[in-house]
Parts: sequence; C-alpha cells; structure tokens
Amino acid sequence: MSVLVRIPTILRSYTGGAAEVTASAGTLRDVIAALDADYPGLGGRILDDGGKLRRFINVYVGEEDVRFAQGLDTQVSEGARVSVIPAVAGGTA
Amino acid sequence: MSTATTPTPEAGTARRSPRLGHAVGLSCRECGTSCGLGPHYACAACFGPLEVRYRLPRLSRSGIESGPPNMWRYAPLLPVPPDIAARPTTEPGYTRLVRADNLARALGMRRLWIKDDRGNPTHSFKDRVVAVALAAATELGFTVLACPSTGNLANAVAAAAARAGIRSVVLVPADLEPQKIILTGVYGGTLVTVDGSYDDVNRLASELAGEHEDWAFVNVNVRPFYAEGSKTLGFEIAEQLGWRLPDQVVVPIASGAQLVKVDKGFGELASLGLVPATPWRVFGAQASGCAPVSAAFAAGHDTVRPVRPETIAKSLAIGDPADGPYALDVVRRTGGVIADVGDREIVDSMRLLAATEGIFGETAGGVTLGVVRKLLAAGQLDPGAETVIINSGDGLKTLDAVTAAADGPPPIKPTLEAFTERYAGRTVS
Repeated sequence: MSVLVRIPTILRSYTGGAAEVTASAGTLRDVIAALDADYPGLGGRILDDGGKLRRFINVYVGEEDVRFAQGLDTQVSEGARVSVIPAVAGGTA
Repeated sequence: MSTATTPTPEAGTARRSPRLGHAVGLSCRECGTSCGLGPHYACAACFGPLEVRYRLPRLSRSGIESGPPNMWRYAPLLPVPPDIAARPTTEPGYTRLVRADNLARALGMRRLWIKDDRGNPTHSFKDRVVAVALAAATELGFTVLACPSTGNLANAVAAAAARAGIRSVVLVPADLEPQKIILTGVYGGTLVTVDGSYDDVNRLASELAGEHEDWAFVNVNVRPFYAEGSKTLGFEIAEQLGWRLPDQVVVPIASGAQLVKVDKGFGELASLGLVPATPWRVFGAQASGCAPVSAAFAAGHDTVRPVRPETIAKSLAIGDPADGPYALDVVRRTGGVIADVGDREIVDSMRLLAATEGIFGETAGGVTLGVVRKLLAAGQLDPGAETVIINSGDGLKTLDAVTAAADGPPPIKPTLEAFTERYAGRTVS
C-alpha cells in the first residue's frame, strides 16, 4: 500500500510525464523525500533551500490544504491522495 | 530561459508567433527569470507569477482620445493584437467617473470620485480582464475560454465567449448568489456548479488546466495577460481626471490583482509622460470575513496566511489571494493602508452610496466605501485630498445583501387621504 501523488504539468518533466506517481505513507515531509529519491530533483522544486514548502506551491492531502493542517508534518495515510498545485492561479478583484 | 512552464497548446499554436502588441516577453515577479510570450503562467524556476514585459511605444494624449470609447483606446499598452478593436469583443471599459459631491459632503471629504464599473457589458470590472485574456488566448491558440469564479468573472467569460463565438466552461461554487448563476447560464456555454468554496473551485480549475491543454482558464493559465486588463481602470481614471493622477485611490482586494494593476497603470502613464508624475497613495479594502491581506498588513507581514472566507461579499471571498503579497508591496510603497469592514458596515455603505449618488454597487462596493469611512474615522485617509473609490460591480447581482434592509413600507390605499394620513408633515423617504 502507498499513497498517490498528483503531479502538476509544470513538474512532469521529473516524472517522465507521469501525472500520478506513488510513494510510501508517512508525514508529508517523508512523502516528498521519497518522491525525491525516486525522481531526483523533484523535492527541490516543492521545497525551498530551507526545507519549507515553496511560497507559490499549494499541497493538499485529500481535500485539506496542508497549511490548514500540520504543514510538512501532516500525516499522509495509506491510500491517501496528495495534490501538488502551483499557487499562482485564481482570484477575482 | 526557454523552458516552457506548460505545454504549448496543440491547436496549431506553433503556426506563428502570437501578435500581442508591444508585449515582448514574460518575467517572474519573484526571481526575475524571463521567458518568451506563450501560455506560461508560473515561473519554471520558482513557480512565482509571471508579469508581461513591454517595449512601450511613444503615445500621445490625443492619439488615445481619438481611439474607440472603450478600453481598446489603450490597446498599445495591453498584450493584445493591434486590430483588437475591430474583433468581436464585448467592448468593455470607459465607464463613468462620477463626481460624488453628495457622498463627499456626507463623509466630510473635499473632492471624491466613484469609478463606476457597473457600466461594463456584464456589469463588473471583470469584462476588462476577460477581454484581454480572450484576445491573448486566441493568439496563443487556445480554443475554449474557461474560469473558476465567484460570479462576476463567470458572467464576463460566458458573455465574451458567446460574442467571440467560442466555447466556454465556467466553474462556480454552488452557493453563489442566484443572480450570478442565472447571468452566466443565459449566455450558453458549460456551467459547472461545485460543492465547495471558491478556493476549492480554484483548485479544481488548476488541475483541469493541466489536463485540457486547449482550455484557457483566464485567471489561471493566461493569468499574466488577464491581469493586465485591470490597468485600464488606472488609465481611465487618469484620463477622465483630465490627464492627471488622483492623490488617493481606494481599491477592493480579492486576489489583489486589481489593486496592483491600477498602480501599474498609473506608473506607466507617468513613465510615458502622459500625466505629471505626482505621488499617489493606494488603499486596499477587504471584508472582515475574508481579510487575509488586511491582517497581513496590520501584522507587518509581507506574506499572506490563507483563511476560510465567511462574508456576504462573495466576489471578494478569496481566502488564498494570489496577488496578496504584491498588494501589500504597492500599498506600503505608496503610503496607503489596507483595512477591512464587517457585513453590517458593508450593507450600510451600499445603502449610503445608493442614497447619496444613485449608484447601487455590489457588496464589494460596500466594502470599499466602508473602508473609506473607517479610514477617515481613524485619520488614515486624508479628507482634503482628491480621492477615487472603485465600485467594481452592480448591486443587482447581490440583492440578497440588502433585501432585508431595503424592504418597502406597508402599502397604502390608492387615495389622497391614505397618503396624507401616512406621509403628511414629513419628508417622503
């Protein structure tokens, strides 16, 4: 069992074009580390040099924006789905 | 830097380079990395938002004044093809700048104006940004116009797509005001109601944009172009004031893009010598039920912590505002303030604007005027300085907000006696 990670178009060059990849369950930090092991460089696109989520990246575990949960310490359970989405989008006025 | 941040749309875009006027490229607002004009919206290096770069032409006031009576009079300052005015568009812009003497008197201000963007084809400023997004999207080879929306944008996208004869797909939160849903559906196109907040809808749109490469989500994957449309608010204010800049401008904040672009518009006019380079101060207005940028301003932060919106001002209910940090930068740079007001103040200010100037603005207009009143009371807005307030939309779309407040009195019989009995001896109101 593992977790499913949805990769945005902008990062699919790291995953050979795959829109979804898998990783082992754990904290979000663990999941990102596992992704980086499988797809070298990917972790550094999601986290900044200080190891924090980049300012213009939103990460969701299931329906929850991890910034409303425990950030990188958010638990990603077996079978959960992680979505990585560029944050530039959206807004009206 | 030539790395594409999104795949080139397949619909024959490579056939020629896009004709986007004097725009010459895109650059990241965070790290400065540049790329060519294309369907890019996030920096390939850091995901930061991209900004359109221009090699601006020399322009004259008279040249602009002889242009069409809509926003295309400023086409040379936008990323649009030179023949845009001849294409089928909704022809937004050049809305009224109303001298608001009654309201000024009520507020103790000297010289006050309302930029009344109800006058646009679908009754909000969104027609401006959508018109630019559509023009750029067409040039970039997209074939469907789409958006996540809090309502006004949905109306504008559906109408602009209908006029241009292309397909539209609009996603809105299911709990939106019924008026805004009706005003989208009537134009045809695909209307999707989503069980979630605007931020949920926005997330879905971002994911869909990655899957449908020929769909232009106006505020997602063509956002750098889209946002430029709001500069025309700044251009028009300056032209309508007689080619000069106001001392103070008060702008509603949802994503923060409008505020940032009004400031950019003022700056471009000054740099082109079309207006005297006098200082201006930009003020931002949010609803207390969704005030992440106001909170960051008050706390002295330069980043914005997302919130979950709970306000009647649904057009401003964006909990995770993409341009929040840039709005903070602009307001701090110009010496303005960002503040917020609650739902009761919003409704009260909607009524004040209607009662003093005959302008029925939507909840966002109530937010902006409410913040003006709050800042005046706090001594943070100069009542003696010339001030422009932006009313970005129409109260007819947010009737629920004032329904209770505007309930009529009980009816009288159609007789002179009944009228006299009820109203004799007092001002009819």
